[in-house]
Amino acid sequence: MENATTTLYFHLVPLVVFLPLAGLVINLLIGKKLGEVVSGTIASLASGAAFVVACLLMLSLRSNPEAVVVPFAEWIRVGGLAVDWAFRVDTLSVTMMLVVSGVGTLIHIYAIGYMHEDVRLNEDPGRFTRFFIYLNLFIAMMMILVSAESYLMTFVGWEGVGLCSYLLIGFWFEKGKEGTGNAIAAKKAFITNRVGDFGFLVAMFMIFLQFGTLSFSELAHVSAPVGALGTVVVAGIGLFLLLAVTGKSAQLPLFVWLPDAMAGPTPVSALIHAATMVTAGVYLVARSAPLFELSPVGPQAVAWVGTLTALFAATIAVGQYDIKKVLAYSTISQLGFMVAAVGMGAYVAGMFHLVTHAFFKALLFLSAGSVIQGVEHGHHHDPHADHYAEFDPQDMRNMGGLAGKMKVTTAVYIIGALALAGVAPLAGFFSKDEIVAFAFGKNPVMFTMLLLAAFFTAFYMARQVWMVFFGKARTTAAQGARENPLVMTIPLMVLAVLSLVGGALNLPHVETLGKWLEHTMEGLHPAEFNWLVAGISLAVAFTGIAAGWFFYGRRSWQPGQSDPMKKLLGPLFTAFERKWWVDEIYNALLLQPYKDLSAILAEPVDQKLIDGCANGLGRMTGWFSRGIGVLQNGLVRSYALVILAGVAAILGYLILR
Amino acid sequence: MTNLLNPLVLLLLIPLAGTFLLWLIPGGRKSLVRWVALLTSLIAFGYSLWMLSQFQSTDPGLQLGVKIPWLQFGSTTVHFEVAVDGLSILMVMLTTFLTPIAILSTWTAVKEKVKGFMAFFLLLEAGMLGVFLAQDMILFYVFWEFTLVPMYFLIGIWGGERKVYAAVKFFLFTMSGSLLMLAAMLWLGLTQGTFSLPQLEGVGGMVPAAAGLLFGAFALAFAIKVPMFPLHTWLPDAHVEAPTAGSVILAGVLLKMGAYGFLRFNIPLFPQVAVKAAPWLALLAVIGIIYGAATAFVQKDVKKLVAYSSVSHLGFVVLGIFALNPLGLQGGILQMVNHGLSTGALFLLVGMIYERRHTRQMDQFGGLWKVMPVFGTLTLLVVLSSVGLPGLNGFVGEFTILMGAYTSTAINYTLAAILAATGVILAAVYLLHMYQHVFLGPVTHEENRFLKDLNAREILTLVPLLAVSAWIGLYPKPFFAIMAPAVDKLIAIVQPFIAVVK
Amino acid sequence: MNTIPMSYYLVLSAVMFTLGAIGVIIRRNPLVMFMSLELMFNAANLTFVAFSNAFGNANGQIFVFFVMVVAAAEVAVGLALIVAIFRTRHSIDIDLMNTLKN
Repeated sequence: MENATTTLYFHLVPLVVFLPLAGLVINLLIGKKLGEVVSGTIASLASGAAFVVACLLMLSLRSNPEAVVVPFAEWIRVGGLAVDWAFRVDTLSVTMMLVVSGVGTLIHIYAIGYMHEDVRLNEDPGRFTRFFIYLNLFIAMMMILVSAESYLMTFVGWEGVGLCSYLLIGFWFEKGKEGTGNAIAAKKAFITNRVGDFGFLVAMFMIFLQFGTLSFSELAHVSAPVGALGTVVVAGIGLFLLLAVTGKSAQLPLFVWLPDAMAGPTPVSALIHAATMVTAGVYLVARSAPLFELSPVGPQAVAWVGTLTALFAATIAVGQYDIKKVLAYSTISQLGFMVAAVGMGAYVAGMFHLVTHAFFKALLFLSAGSVIQGVEHGHHHDPHADHYAEFDPQDMRNMGGLAGKMKVTTAVYIIGALALAGVAPLAGFFSKDEIVAFAFGKNPVMFTMLLLAAFFTAFYMARQVWMVFFGKARTTAAQGARENPLVMTIPLMVLAVLSLVGGALNLPHVETLGKWLEHTMEGLHPAEFNWLVAGISLAVAFTGIAAGWFFYGRRSWQPGQSDPMKKLLGPLFTAFERKWWVDEIYNALLLQPYKDLSAILAEPVDQKLIDGCANGLGRMTGWFSRGIGVLQNGLVRSYALVILAGVAAILGYLILR
Repeated sequence: MTNLLNPLVLLLLIPLAGTFLLWLIPGGRKSLVRWVALLTSLIAFGYSLWMLSQFQSTDPGLQLGVKIPWLQFGSTTVHFEVAVDGLSILMVMLTTFLTPIAILSTWTAVKEKVKGFMAFFLLLEAGMLGVFLAQDMILFYVFWEFTLVPMYFLIGIWGGERKVYAAVKFFLFTMSGSLLMLAAMLWLGLTQGTFSLPQLEGVGGMVPAAAGLLFGAFALAFAIKVPMFPLHTWLPDAHVEAPTAGSVILAGVLLKMGAYGFLRFNIPLFPQVAVKAAPWLALLAVIGIIYGAATAFVQKDVKKLVAYSSVSHLGFVVLGIFALNPLGLQGGILQMVNHGLSTGALFLLVGMIYERRHTRQMDQFGGLWKVMPVFGTLTLLVVLSSVGLPGLNGFVGEFTILMGAYTSTAINYTLAAILAATGVILAAVYLLHMYQHVFLGPVTHEENRFLKDLNAREILTLVPLLAVSAWIGLYPKPFFAIMAPAVDKLIAIVQPFIAVVK
Repeated sequence: MNTIPMSYYLVLSAVMFTLGAIGVIIRRNPLVMFMSLELMFNAANLTFVAFSNAFGNANGQIFVFFVMVVAAAEVAVGLALIVAIFRTRHSIDIDLMNTLKN
């Protein structure tokens, strides 16, 4: 590396955080005066510039692939704890940076068009700039998360993106069910995430106590502690990290916040709740690989949680009618695939799926947003519609036959759906196949469950495509839908191309991504391409699509019709529809008891018992003095008598003793 | 007499001089009264900044001090002894920093008897500074009790509906604890022949039989002040009835006096007892964290919610202190500052909305962010700092405390830290619950529709607090650096006993 | 001169004191109470003088002067108070002066 100084840009890494922050500051100070287009462009440029920096970092890593730590400032140095603001540039973090800023920039651009409509539909155009401020903040926080050198700094980004998620879910905080629906969804997301963050905190305590550091570099080469206690601690670290993952990546049992998070504007769902933030858990497991490998307990638990979530969420997605809810459960399910992959040790497969999923799920969400605005447009321009009646532009039962009206959206949506369903040679096929192939060699039960989840995936996507785009328009709104402007469709087309060819990132036997990540993660198991597994998973995908066509494509869905699956599955479908009553169960088991406990502590215990004791002491003093006070009758003679008696007593004592 | 020109004595004299000046001004000239009070407190703050520049942060000992004979108890002399060290300097700064902000916040809130209010406020400042500066037990006690009086009147005269009840309760609770403390001080001083704290370090070893009782007497007084569960019930009442500025100072500084007392008396004087008591006090602290959070959740009055949140947050402080290791102690001290900033700001915000609507019931609000965007945004920032969002001050304090408690050998069960960490979840539960009910959702009450957003003065009271919050969150190094030597010295006193017990 | 035994003085003094004390306790007229008080003072004085004589020490006699001065002052203040009370309440019945109760 003679010319290292001329080609390496590692020192630029703080810019991936500061450029989005700069966009934020500009918009915060003068964004309102600049107007929508300029303000949105600044935000997009800020994110785009971060992408450029990430590209430069990638180029630098190509010539110098070993991890580089770029210190920035001292942070917390107390006692034995020393954590600084320092960035870590390696192939894993740069991969994440590229995804975050790349997909993020496309979504920024899309949002310029989308929010222009959205703020008008929600009757508060002033909030346009605020949206981009939040988006830039999110990019900055996500960059902190992925570029951190220590668990603690990752945690800053980890909670920071949680905050952005809170702000953006509650972006229309006065809207939603009964006016508070969005606000409650935002709160739910934050608090559920906090439960996960609790796991993160405890994991950090354990790591620090065991290894005396929180730095990734120093933890990369730790060896397993000896003794029974050490084994327990290492397993505990894995399990608490898993808790963190289930919070952020919406896995069982903490996934409940993600479907509700769809209350946020659709670009948010695409960016935060599909492509980037929710994948942070997968990144965390990949990043913590050296720790997970110390004990078999953690990885196994991770793999099982991922597998179960993949199947569980896929079943729920089958029974949803809201176009975004279907995608939300699909996201949970796909995250389950990734988590299962990294749990099994297939880090490359997990990261690969993370990247391709970012492409096609962002595409699907953004297209869904396009569909929603198309339908909403149709609704608003329908002279006969009752504009005060509840109309849900996200309900797929209100759609149908959009293919003719929104050609670009339909085309890209189908590409996204096929990629998600795992049809070769689209991006999703390769990445999902790698995971399934890995499970095939590892654990037949997991393999079967993942295949089943893949089948459901193909099925619900087919259901969705036919319900939304084909058949006859079921409402006047769907009839009047129209295509959206280029500022929205161009990002869609870019993402569609990526979803088409994204599989090339890690083709079997070429393994570009695998070799790229190898520099960061030692001892990666190479992906084993298996024609049998590939054939099975492709067959499963086509069966799913065929089944979808059989139920939803063969006969067009009629207005007011109930789901054809309902007759077939009966109560099981109701369970899908009602999300297996998880929310209700949590409410009964956790929320209500906590509310009751708080009420008991606040009233009977605090006010009656504890304060009562204090006040009781006061009251006793009062009674006592009133009792004594009776002696004070104001008569001089009785006082004199008492004095005399006292004197007599003292004298008597002196004489008699 | 040149001793009296000592910088710390001058610092004490500034608010007193301000009080004297106020006495000369006719009470009717309210605006002048306010300006004099504000300027006095600003001068005190500026002066304390200069003092900070004179402070040698590498020196673990007492600095800038003065010691003058004052009273004679038999053969024992009580000294007027003031000095500052790494344990107290941040508290002194916090006091001088919060006082002008609190005074500025009363600009329009206090309309009646302004002169008396301001005079009491400056007296209170002098008293609080005295508590943190005193290095003689009797002097400490005098200042300790002295702070009660102005606060008693601030609550009792300018308070809410049940002001007298709250003021008396506040007074009696604190008093009952501090009388035992006085007894302990007198006994200790007369048997040891000195009241000077530096000379009494580790005195518990010389009176092993009485050390437990003495520790208990001090601990009780401080635990009431902090307040620790189950001695906390005076706090919600006092906060709810106190005027805004009173609440800010009460939460911001007065409560810290309790935690500071643990640092100044219990640990250095009776290290062996402190080590034995640490697990139990930590247990109470953890109970307080969870209990305060749970009770805060169901409060309907926003101010009461914030008051209970104080119980929870100060649980963290005590937990950190009795971890008895550098992480816990430094985190604890930093968290004392953090709590002063965040909770002080929360009380300011509550006061602002109360001034507009004359109610603090959560169900009277909703959707305020839309009506008052600046107010909503600033409140959100303060709430985030209070729930311990990384990047803001609360996180740095809580994280170091929890880490300290987890790795502590004095608190010998890691469950304490894990349970305390659930407080992080619960804090989000009650504060976001409050935020949602007050700021989010649609505007449900007509009278809220046209509330005025914050004015420049109100923003000015909040911005310094938020700026310091962000500073501590992003770059806490100067704060840790200034206390580190003193904390290390404290640990050097305790360390031998930890080793013995284990 | 020195034939009267010490015990005589003491018995007389005790009797005077007891009479005085009983008077203070049972009488309702403040004037009589003052007189009874005087009786008690003088009982004390008698004891002082008796012991002073017996031990040949003048201290006791000096104390007697103090006592007499205090008694005079007390009566002066007391009578003034009685007059003041009589002016406001038109009665000097001691049993009615119980406003310091509780």
